[in-house]
Amino acid sequence: MESALDAIRREAAAHGAARVSRIVLRIGTLAGVDEDALRFAYEALAPSSIAAGAVLEIETVPARAHCAACARDFGAGRGFIFTCPACGALSGDIRAGRELGIARLEFPDSP
Amino acid sequence: MNNPAPALAEPAAGFRINALSGAATGSSRALSGPLSAEISAALAASANGEVSVRAVDVNIPLLEKNDILAERNRGYFLGRGLAALNLVSSPGAGKTTLLERTLDEFGRQTKCAVLVGDLATDNDGQRLSRPHAPVAQITTGHVCHLDAGMIARAAQSINLDGVRVLFIENVGNLVCPASFDLGEQARVVLLSTTEGEDKPLKYPPIFKSAHLVLLTKVDVADVLGFQRDVAVANIRRIAPQARIIQISSRTGEGLTEWYDYLRALIAQA
Repeated sequence: MESALDAIRREAAAHGAARVSRIVLRIGTLAGVDEDALRFAYEALAPSSIAAGAVLEIETVPARAHCAACARDFGAGRGFIFTCPACGALSGDIRAGRELGIARLEFPDSP
Repeated sequence: MNNPAPALAEPAAGFRINALSGAATGSSRALSGPLSAEISAALAASANGEVSVRAVDVNIPLLEKNDILAERNRGYFLGRGLAALNLVSSPGAGKTTLLERTLDEFGRQTKCAVLVGDLATDNDGQRLSRPHAPVAQITTGHVCHLDAGMIARAAQSINLDGVRVLFIENVGNLVCPASFDLGEQARVVLLSTTEGEDKPLKYPPIFKSAHLVLLTKVDVADVLGFQRDVAVANIRRIAPQARIIQISSRTGEGLTEWYDYLRALIAQA
């Protein structure tokens, strides 16, 4: 969360904004991030940062894996075993779900 | 906008590196080349954007500092043409015993080095110390895993000239090391027959990240009633991408295949 706030501060400076009003994070289900823990850290750190008063929104990216036999991606659920729903083959080829980043920032109209 | 790579953080209290054999002589080599280009590019792109735009799609990946340092290590290792392996397992799965035999056999023809991590003592470093192989013990104090910064420091403490394989023996722990890329070329997870066949199901992230799984101590599998086929099936469910080799560091079973794996890895380095 500290590295996120650092990045937000740099981004706000680049846009000439003194405050940020909304932060949208994009987090994959396989990123190993616990949303409750993240929100706890945010609530602890945000008030004394550029993000004071900002809304934290979290976009969850579901895991997707690729089946080589069927040449298609499939939704992989929240577990750790990825089984192709069409042919039943196991896949270790993860195509989505490891995302961890800042997707979007909104700055108030009057800085 | 310039976004310098983070400097190596000051190590935590209790952290120590002890080069036991083959210590680097003269000035230690400094790692160079910040690899935070992705972040810099994202920041530069958005910095050129319209200032009056108030909702900005920034798409900044939050690369943890460890990941940036790990990429730097990876470039450093590949630049030297050496294959780095990160060995992870529960305590007592046989990492050190495997490395002892590997240094005595494979290491006679191909120069190897070891960085070994434990919370305390240099017992493993002493066990692995060989005149023909540089070894550094990393004692982490209270830290339950190795991180990329520790590896960058420890790699500078030994002389890597001529080394083709760098073994990193992680702290015995099946949880936390999964989250810390060290800049290795291959992650090797060991599962011993003295553990349960279902361990891959109980600790999936670390097996999910494996390039190679070594099923160790197979010489005593029958005595223990350990069902190898069940263990292999469980590994395949969690880690279908991983190669599996069944070995015994005592009898030597499977070690030829392990050495072949190392040779193939060197060829890619």
